[in-house]
Amino acid sequence: MFVVFRNSGAIIHIQGLSKTYMVNQQEAGTSATVQGIFHRKKIEVHAVDDISFNMASGEIVGFLGPNGAGKTTTLKMLSGLLYPTKGTATVLGHIPWRREKSFPRQITLVMGQRNQLIWDIPPIHSFELNRVIYRIPRDDYQRILKELTELLELGPLLTKPVRNLSLGERMKCEIAAALLHRPQVVFLDEPTIGLDVTMQRRIRAFIAEYNKRFDATVLMTSHYMADVEALCKRVVVIHHGHLLFDGELALLLQKFTSHKTIVIQLGECQVDLNTYGEVLSCEDGRYTLRVPKAETARITERLLADLPVVDLLVEDPPIEEVIDRAFAEWNK
Amino acid sequence: MRSLFQLYLQQSKTTFASMFQYRAALLIWMIGQVLEPLIFLIVWSTVSNGNGGSVGTYTTGAFVSYFLILMLVNQFTYTWLMWDYEWRIREGILSFALLKPVHPIHSFVADNIMSKAIQLPVLTVIAVALAFAFHASLAVTPWVVLLFIPALVLAFGVRFLLEWTLAQAAFWTTRVSSINQLYFLLLLLLSGQIAPLSLLPHSVQIAAKILPLYWTVGFPTELLLGKLTLSVAVFGIGVQIAWLIITLFLARLVWKFGTRAYSAVGQ
Repeated sequence: MFVVFRNSGAIIHIQGLSKTYMVNQQEAGTSATVQGIFHRKKIEVHAVDDISFNMASGEIVGFLGPNGAGKTTTLKMLSGLLYPTKGTATVLGHIPWRREKSFPRQITLVMGQRNQLIWDIPPIHSFELNRVIYRIPRDDYQRILKELTELLELGPLLTKPVRNLSLGERMKCEIAAALLHRPQVVFLDEPTIGLDVTMQRRIRAFIAEYNKRFDATVLMTSHYMADVEALCKRVVVIHHGHLLFDGELALLLQKFTSHKTIVIQLGECQVDLNTYGEVLSCEDGRYTLRVPKAETARITERLLADLPVVDLLVEDPPIEEVIDRAFAEWNK
Repeated sequence: MRSLFQLYLQQSKTTFASMFQYRAALLIWMIGQVLEPLIFLIVWSTVSNGNGGSVGTYTTGAFVSYFLILMLVNQFTYTWLMWDYEWRIREGILSFALLKPVHPIHSFVADNIMSKAIQLPVLTVIAVALAFAFHASLAVTPWVVLLFIPALVLAFGVRFLLEWTLAQAAFWTTRVSSINQLYFLLLLLLSGQIAPLSLLPHSVQIAAKILPLYWTVGFPTELLLGKLTLSVAVFGIGVQIAWLIITLFLARLVWKFGTRAYSAVGQ
């Protein structure tokens, strides 16, 4: 029994959403295998456990978490592929898993590791099929396809069989196929996985542009922090199915950044700077020090007063490091 | 209705494009479609000739006609749903179909119709050539042809819905190859693909007529061959209609629970 409610203003509203799977468990060894023929031990896996958050129209939210955190399960529930065990959600006023006819026309789900394009033939055939399935008027379809072709540089790819496209090329076509019907809500599950840096950047720019042009609401998962940094002001962090953080990315970084990095340029690498902080490296007189965040100003002042500093730079640690640290702390 | 027609048209174009991507595979597939009934045709013709020119009510020429008509009927009614479904569910591809605003069955039907539209004319020409080569004997009356057409369409409908229903087993267990193998073995025996049903043991004949398989291949074949009386043919069409209703009900029911099971577990 799910409680149905509407939340004014929020395009996506999630309340106490949970998903529990029953999974077969089997020990290693032949005797365990034989036992498994007659009796299967099942365990409950709480993939998503009582998570709640809202998303407003036009927002791009980064949905972060390590592998197996429950991100894909959540996206599948929100797109209507999975029934939750508990809790409820509305997307554009629809309860997704009821699969009301008008719902699929307003959303899309792109899974970086799965493909919906027909493998043996050029993507243009899949696009044409989607045109008919989503009942896109031909003029609109031509215009949208032209826009997508320009934005994603699809030109020569449209007529090549999908099996002959590179991973990046295929991903661009996957995204185009998923957006032909102009969905208002876009769920992206690892849209840049396995792509090279240039292609990642291009996909990122496209997502930003799509969001801006059509005021689309985007919930995306990614293991590449560059994606999150470039696109998401807000992040929702999930770990072992639990929601751990929901807020601005800057706030998350601030919360889990206990250290800063000071880079100073001296003449040579023979000075002992361990009294100032942890020396991470030194190359051609360029020292990289790790110092406690609260001490940064004082140590900077001391360095400038004590040493013949040619250049000095204070940096935040890389976002990956901060997120890793956050997960490590939550694991405790 | 118009949009559904457009969907069928577009899916057919897609199937057409896909099929001609692997021309050699298509050719080998068609050879396989011919070879199986041809083997049975040769075996039974030899048995018949060795038996003084007939076995039961079948003369050598009737055996030739039986297996050539059966080849075309089988080609018209067969589906690859069960293999296709297993693959789609195992690879998670079905999820994309479930996210679309139209029922996935339409794509499967359109795909099926188009591939048959490509293969049937070729196989018909082959069947006619083989009929001359092996001296088939066939005399059809207008009422037989008149009843054969609905019987063939109903046979396709029943077989499609039956295999669609069985294919949904993949929603519960992703490895359904064993179910498929069992089904195809039963189909081979009970649909009349190994031998005309009247030549099989009485108990097998009863089982075949109780189950739907005979009505999907053997019945229309025997009907066109002129082996059935008018009343038996009309009764057979009635049985087909009953099976169509039953399989339609089952297909809907299993789909409802299957998608729920799929949604509960996910892929």
